[in-house]
Amino acid sequence: MSTVDPKDLADFSEQADAWFAENVARDPGFMLPLTFMEVGTDTQFNFLRDWQNKVWEAGYLGAAWPKAYGGGGLPQAFQNAATRAMRKRQGPIMLNAIGLNWAGPLLLEMGTETQKRAHLKGILSAEDIWCQGFSEPGHGSDLGSAQTRAVRDGDHFVVNGSKIWTTLGRYAKYMILLARTDPSTERKYDGLSFFLMPMKAPGVETVPIRKLTGEHGFTQTFFTDAKAPADGLVGPEGGGWKVAMRTLEYERGARGGQAGGYVSVGANAFDVFELAQRTKRAGQPVLEDPLVADEMVGFLMEIQALTLNGQRTQVPELIADRPQGIPLASKLMGTEMSRRLNDFAVRLTGVRGAYYVDEPEAADNGLWARNYLNAFSATIGGGTSQIQANIVGEHVLGLPKS
Amino acid sequence: MKDLGRIGFSEDQATLLDVATDFCQRRSPVATVRRLMEAEAGHDAAVWAELGELGWLGVAIPEAYGGSGLGLAEVVPLVEQMGRRLMAGPFVSTTLAAQALIAGGTEDQKREALPRIAAGEPATLALAELDTDWEPDAITCTATRQADRRLALSGGKVLVTDAAEARRIIASVRIDGEPALVLLTPEDLPAGALRRETVIDETRRSFALTLDGIVLDPDRRLDPDRTAAALEHIHLAANLLAAADMVGGTQACIDYTLDYLRTRTQFGKVIGSYQALKHPIVDAYTRYEQARSHLYSAAHCFNEQGTGEIAVRMAKASADVAYSFAADRAIQFHGGFGFTWDCDAQLYRRRAIWHAAQFGDAAFHRKKLARLLF
Ligand SMILES: Cc1cc2nc3c(=O)[nH]c(=O)nc-3n(C[C@H](O)[C@H](O)[C@H](O)COP(=O)(O)OP(=O)(O)OC[C@H]3O[C@@H](n4cnc5c(N)ncnc54)[C@H](O)[C@@H]3O)c2cc1C
Ligand SMILES: Cc1cc2nc3c(=O)[nH]c(=O)nc-3n(C[C@H](O)[C@H](O)[C@H](O)COP(=O)(O)OP(=O)(O)OC[C@H]3O[C@@H](n4cnc5c(N)ncnc54)[C@H](O)[C@@H]3O)c2cc1C
Repeated sequence: MSTVDPKDLADFSEQADAWFAENVARDPGFMLPLTFMEVGTDTQFNFLRDWQNKVWEAGYLGAAWPKAYGGGGLPQAFQNAATRAMRKRQGPIMLNAIGLNWAGPLLLEMGTETQKRAHLKGILSAEDIWCQGFSEPGHGSDLGSAQTRAVRDGDHFVVNGSKIWTTLGRYAKYMILLARTDPSTERKYDGLSFFLMPMKAPGVETVPIRKLTGEHGFTQTFFTDAKAPADGLVGPEGGGWKVAMRTLEYERGARGGQAGGYVSVGANAFDVFELAQRTKRAGQPVLEDPLVADEMVGFLMEIQALTLNGQRTQVPELIADRPQGIPLASKLMGTEMSRRLNDFAVRLTGVRGAYYVDEPEAADNGLWARNYLNAFSATIGGGTSQIQANIVGEHVLGLPKS
Repeated sequence: MKDLGRIGFSEDQATLLDVATDFCQRRSPVATVRRLMEAEAGHDAAVWAELGELGWLGVAIPEAYGGSGLGLAEVVPLVEQMGRRLMAGPFVSTTLAAQALIAGGTEDQKREALPRIAAGEPATLALAELDTDWEPDAITCTATRQADRRLALSGGKVLVTDAAEARRIIASVRIDGEPALVLLTPEDLPAGALRRETVIDETRRSFALTLDGIVLDPDRRLDPDRTAAALEHIHLAANLLAAADMVGGTQACIDYTLDYLRTRTQFGKVIGSYQALKHPIVDAYTRYEQARSHLYSAAHCFNEQGTGEIAVRMAKASADVAYSFAADRAIQFHGGFGFTWDCDAQLYRRRAIWHAAQFGDAAFHRKKLARLLF
């Protein structure tokens, strides 16, 4: 990476800010998903796909990816500036999360030249939507036991089995797929391989699953003699576990290289504070109730601690004892706080807490209840909180495996 | 939303953290802590002398008064590492008494006292009284002007740490109904004025101080114009340093428990493999990291803003919760051994309780924060 000229960077930031100020649609006329896991209607999908494409064309997505693959070829600081501007102007989320944040950086790191040329640009432009086929009905947390089979047949593999909870499965053109190419290995991990699987291939079927919110968000994906091209293998045959683990590092943000932007805009403690400030009960501001006030202070302290944790990881002397501690624990801390916070928000709304989305008398159109229910997407997806606690206990605190 | 603070870390903090980590580990192993606990003096005079030589007593004292002119932010890593090793001695009492003089003393008082404090003369504060809350102006002790203009003191102070060896004691009283600070020396105290208290943290030396019968010259009063600011400053400084001690202690307590969880076997398995223990200790650990982040934000804000009230209160509240939880679970997770004197878990739990009882517990500070933020 070339060095950064502060003047160029400042100009770029200013342009980005102006661009987002002008181009962020104020009110699209329907409820926008807060995360990429909440895309439930074609209207939402089309809107977000156009939005991502527009941001990329303006040069504010993938700015630090190589030019040859559709990126901007600039230092990372430029993309960071663009992301900041996006956040400041409250732009909608980037839709193609799995492509931008995990498949993309993974291909940049481990993909063949052909794979990079074939896929990276489509990820950035949102032309090709990506999904992830890791979890199976019988194997979620215990991913290493995945049973979906892939059997070699000349220049391709024949895939049979089923994946589940496939976010964006209905829209995806490609899937990063973890499948078993050898069921006879001594260690279950050594029989797994990692594929770039075309979702439009014959024998691939997606069935929508309705979420706890009543909306559609993910699918179950069935494979019946579906062909996965052998040149879509990432890493060697039988080396899929390592690639999958690397993918999870990108997914959980423990490793950088993502295309930029953000893929969720969950409400934070400051938003809930704003709700608390305008909420009254029996004519009195709800924050005058000392028990409510105490809980609100607790959340403000907690969100502040998470912000400070992030700042502290930039000071090597202050994380010297356990350098991986905060990065590995941040998903656990952030997602669990968000779940409890949204629960608190629902309770803040008092009697209206009984209402749900679309009820005219609901507080903020029932947003808080929906947020709370959706918050479990993050405490379950990407590795459950219990699995995260195991990871912190074992990899940060040195405890033996459970 | 008001400014909640941010992390900043100076080169001086980094150097002092490094030196203190090593020094406290070497000079305060837990066997030493336990030996000193049983000894009357409660700390090691040689170590105290070394602290003076290292310049630690003058870190936050201005250069003009014999210190090195840094701030309390630079004292924080020292106290954090002392807390981590449960190190005994009047370091914090003395540092806070110096802060009281810096914030509220007259020029003469500062000139006389601060260089001596920096050179190693212990000092302390006499602020707390029984059955009040932790507001710095919750004072019932009085000083009454006599005909000869001297001040006659009355009332009782408690939790006067290290009073037996303090060469100076800064006490809060009311004069004509208004809060005031006065400077006492051991020579002012009638026989029997100090009674050693039995306190939960046995590494401490703490005393009840009876003020009745003490008469002071008028020049012992600290600057009346700065009393309120000084009381506020001391309150926040005390909470900042308490948070530092607590964060260090939390870390040590977690490490101590982890050692046991990694080695103790039951049902043919190392007990740290049981999630009933693993997940709560992870919980303790994440609270610790959050408390430490609050601490270094508070340290930075204290230097930057003069007191950094919001960040300091968050730091103390967060440290109280983290330390209490970690130490409470430490006892439980040691099983029958956890119930014994020899298990260090009780040392940490007692110290966490001690800190919660002084200068405000988590609930007190959260209540203050609600008023500051809403
Ligand atoms: C909104 C959402 C989107 C998702 N998107 C995708 C996707 O795009 N692609 C994909 O592949 N997957 C996706 N997932 C699946 C997700 O990764 C799995 O749900 C998750 O890993 C848990 O697996 P499981 O559902 O099989 O639960 P299980 O593993 O069966 O867990 C059930 C319960 O047991 C607990 N548990 C399991 N093992 C342990 C253990 N060793 N110790 C302690 N507790 C344990 C879990 O914490 C959980 O509470 C998504 C999930 C959600 C909720
Ligand atoms: C005040 C007191 C009086 C006592 N009096 C008597 C007496 O008179 N006679 C007598 O025989 N005994 C007595 N005991 C001993 C008592 O029964 C044991 O201390 C207790 O059974 C725990 O065993 P342990 O101390 O070996 O701890 P351990 O079994 O080593 O446990 C250590 C920690 O690991 C946890 N742990 C252990 N196994 C598991 C698991 N499978 N899953 C999850 N967590 C686990 C425990 O909960 C504990 O937190 C007494 C104990 C106390 C504290």
